[in-house]
Amino acid sequence: MLRFTGAALVAASLAGATLAGDVTHFTLDNGLEAVVIEDHRAPVVVHMVWYRAGSADEVPGKSGVAHFLEHLMFKGTDDLAPGEFSKTVAANGGSDNAFTSYDYTAYFQRIAADRLDLVMGMEADRMRDLILSEDDWKTELQVIIEERNQRTDSDPAAIFGEQRRAAQYLNHPYGRPVIGWRHEMEALTRTDALDWYRRYYAPNNAILVVAGDVTPDEVRALAGQHYGPLEPTPGLAPRQRVSEPPQLAERRLRFPDARVAQPYVMRTYLAPERDPGDQTRAAALTILAELLGGNSATSVLGRALVFDSGCALYASAFYDGLSLDDTTFTLVAVPAADIGLDELEADMDAAIARFIDEGVNSDQFERVKTQLMAAEIYARDNVEGLARRYGEAMATGLSVKDVTAWPETLMAVTEADVIAAARELFDRRRAVTGYLEKAETGGTQ
Amino acid sequence: MIRFALGVLAAAWLALPAQAAVAITEVTSPGGIRAWLVENHDLPFTALEIRFKGGASLDAPGKRGAINLMTATLEEGAGTMDSQAFAEAAEAIAAQIGFGANDDAVSVSARMLTEHRDAGVELLREALINPRFDQIALERVRGQVLSSIASQAKDPQSIAGDTFARLAYGDHPYGSAIDGTAESVKALTREDLFDAKARVMARDRLFVSAVGDITADELGVLLDRLLGELPATGATMPPRAELGLVGGVTVVDYDSPQSVVIFGQKGIAMDDPDFFAAYVLNHILGGGGFSARLMEEVREKRGLTYGIASYLVPMDLAETWQGSFASANEKVAEAIAVTRAEWARIASGGVSERELADAKTYLTGAYPLRFDGNGPIADILVGMQISDMPIDYVNTRNARIEAVSAEDVARVARRLIDAESLRFVVVGRPVGL
Repeated sequence: MLRFTGAALVAASLAGATLAGDVTHFTLDNGLEAVVIEDHRAPVVVHMVWYRAGSADEVPGKSGVAHFLEHLMFKGTDDLAPGEFSKTVAANGGSDNAFTSYDYTAYFQRIAADRLDLVMGMEADRMRDLILSEDDWKTELQVIIEERNQRTDSDPAAIFGEQRRAAQYLNHPYGRPVIGWRHEMEALTRTDALDWYRRYYAPNNAILVVAGDVTPDEVRALAGQHYGPLEPTPGLAPRQRVSEPPQLAERRLRFPDARVAQPYVMRTYLAPERDPGDQTRAAALTILAELLGGNSATSVLGRALVFDSGCALYASAFYDGLSLDDTTFTLVAVPAADIGLDELEADMDAAIARFIDEGVNSDQFERVKTQLMAAEIYARDNVEGLARRYGEAMATGLSVKDVTAWPETLMAVTEADVIAAARELFDRRRAVTGYLEKAETGGTQ
Repeated sequence: MIRFALGVLAAAWLALPAQAAVAITEVTSPGGIRAWLVENHDLPFTALEIRFKGGASLDAPGKRGAINLMTATLEEGAGTMDSQAFAEAAEAIAAQIGFGANDDAVSVSARMLTEHRDAGVELLREALINPRFDQIALERVRGQVLSSIASQAKDPQSIAGDTFARLAYGDHPYGSAIDGTAESVKALTREDLFDAKARVMARDRLFVSAVGDITADELGVLLDRLLGELPATGATMPPRAELGLVGGVTVVDYDSPQSVVIFGQKGIAMDDPDFFAAYVLNHILGGGGFSARLMEEVREKRGLTYGIASYLVPMDLAETWQGSFASANEKVAEAIAVTRAEWARIASGGVSERELADAKTYLTGAYPLRFDGNGPIADILVGMQISDMPIDYVNTRNARIEAVSAEDVARVARRLIDAESLRFVVVGRPVGL
């Protein structure tokens, strides 16, 4: 049994005895990497396949094809009729779905542990044997356009996010939305989807994650049986994308929309991601985000903007280091009634300048570390979350070792590391600042 | 090419997945507070779920939004601590404490590390027994709630939900948003929050579950310390809501390329003998993801939406059968027509033996998968208690699903499903409606 005995001790015990101890990693001859996470508390298993192919790997002009193919993967194969995959999972009491991001596309099922063989057989089948009829792909194209209608075009905050991201990445494909630009989505074809599929859906481009009530030996045997015979795609080199040129000028945008009731200001800075064997800067940025915006009542921005001046209803900071290429560090502030976004932005900048000048509050620093370590214990209650953690890390270029080392890396961060990271990060010349605003009645932009 | 034997598949459909081993104990504290417990020492923390039945529907007349605002202000200072001191104390022991309100309950969710459980209980006790509701904290939270009300007034999903609720329940508390209106929230005072707390947070409507690293004896002591000083009784429960829904289409004009749709008719109570047949019926009609008829007809065959679902909504004081989807303005009329046709088809034609068998294997197989962590189990346990289910329900639930016959489903479909009585609320610029 695990004991919580202060942050430093827990760091050692967690990374050593528990997380790493329950995780096994192996690679099949055809290049398929596999991770097994044991958790025998419930007779449940999560089966995931992550492909190292996301929207940032699309060729210009074909935005949305990664996500389109994700939808088409639920059509038939040589062995399964269209829709039969999900129907079979459901008829066995399981649930299944998939998601696409910039760096990966992933498929997962959650099902009783004694049905692992069944779902693995079907997942292996559709890795190489997808069949797309004319009707299938044309109807599904309408579905993804409805998805874009629902998730992006009906939501001013989502449109605003898309525009800010396009401004953030001038050259790198992270500037394109995962779902695709509408005019390019409308022109996608069956050939586009199949070209994508044949290149990227292969065992040497996939990561298998199985978590729950299984043993590594069981998974090794089943994976060898189902995925082992699949042919790899020859000549698939590690991904090398174009990089951003140095940003020399601050970028700013305003998006007024009649559907906006609550304006806000959001700023992103280009920031380094977690790299294999080199997660130190990312760890400092993770703790910086917690200190600046983790809890509205105790964080630097929450105290300054929500409590002391009262000019904000909400203020926060976000950083996600799981990314193949340069990621972003985000600041957001929502103004109180009658406060302008320019005034709020100035207060936000002043609070950050004061933070860098005065240094880290040591009590807050200890509390943040305590929270991060406790989060590792709470995370063990959710085996699907653990599976995602490993899958996402490995699909963005990290190793199992990097994932298990992460808690220790976080605990090793010092107050000085955080301030150094902040000084390097907060340069307005490398920032995109956006105002989401109410549309002025009768006015034009 | 991969082959798998169809014989094996068919056999798999017949066998039920293993049941989750969840041993539930009823614990009564020395002071007489009852709770359900699942003891599990694998991880060094305990998940605690507390519910106060009645929820925001216990708002006093003219005080709509008081219970929601009160609940949101519980964590903003208690005893000797102001908002920030309370948050710092929780962070220092990594206690995760959340408060929420809905139409039927005020909920308290906590996760506490075993190492710091005593300190966590003292902290949570202060919030439950001695909240301060300081004026400065009240104003801050009020500002957040007013912002949320303004945002919801421009959000098509919220507009659709509010419109449907008003049509269905009129002047009953269910007929309006629990947030209240800008006017009602602006008028609330600190005294109103204390009154709201007394109305809902009382022992006569209290339900508790605990899951994780705690024994029955430890839980007994915890319950008395944490909850023993709450008042014995709260406000009288509101009456049942009269359902005012009639068939037809309500369009709310909203400038957007896509229309958001909520539809519904009368539903069925959880203690109705036909509830499980209705539950299976709904799964086949619109509940089961990609395998449901509505998803097949509206999305898979015609590409009219990204997603559509139907669901039973058995609230404490009224029951509806609802569904929702979103479609481009040019397509929404067709999507509504297809939905109505499916509603009528199942009412007159029932379901096939194959559909029934697939629904049963899914529903019985999926049930044990829900019990996969301390937090989720605690949530299920408190829900069972508030719905007045027996403590052995976990072991009998799948048998009740299995007992449903195709005749039962067809009978319940005839009794309940009525395409003519479906009300559609459409928020957008629909063409041809």
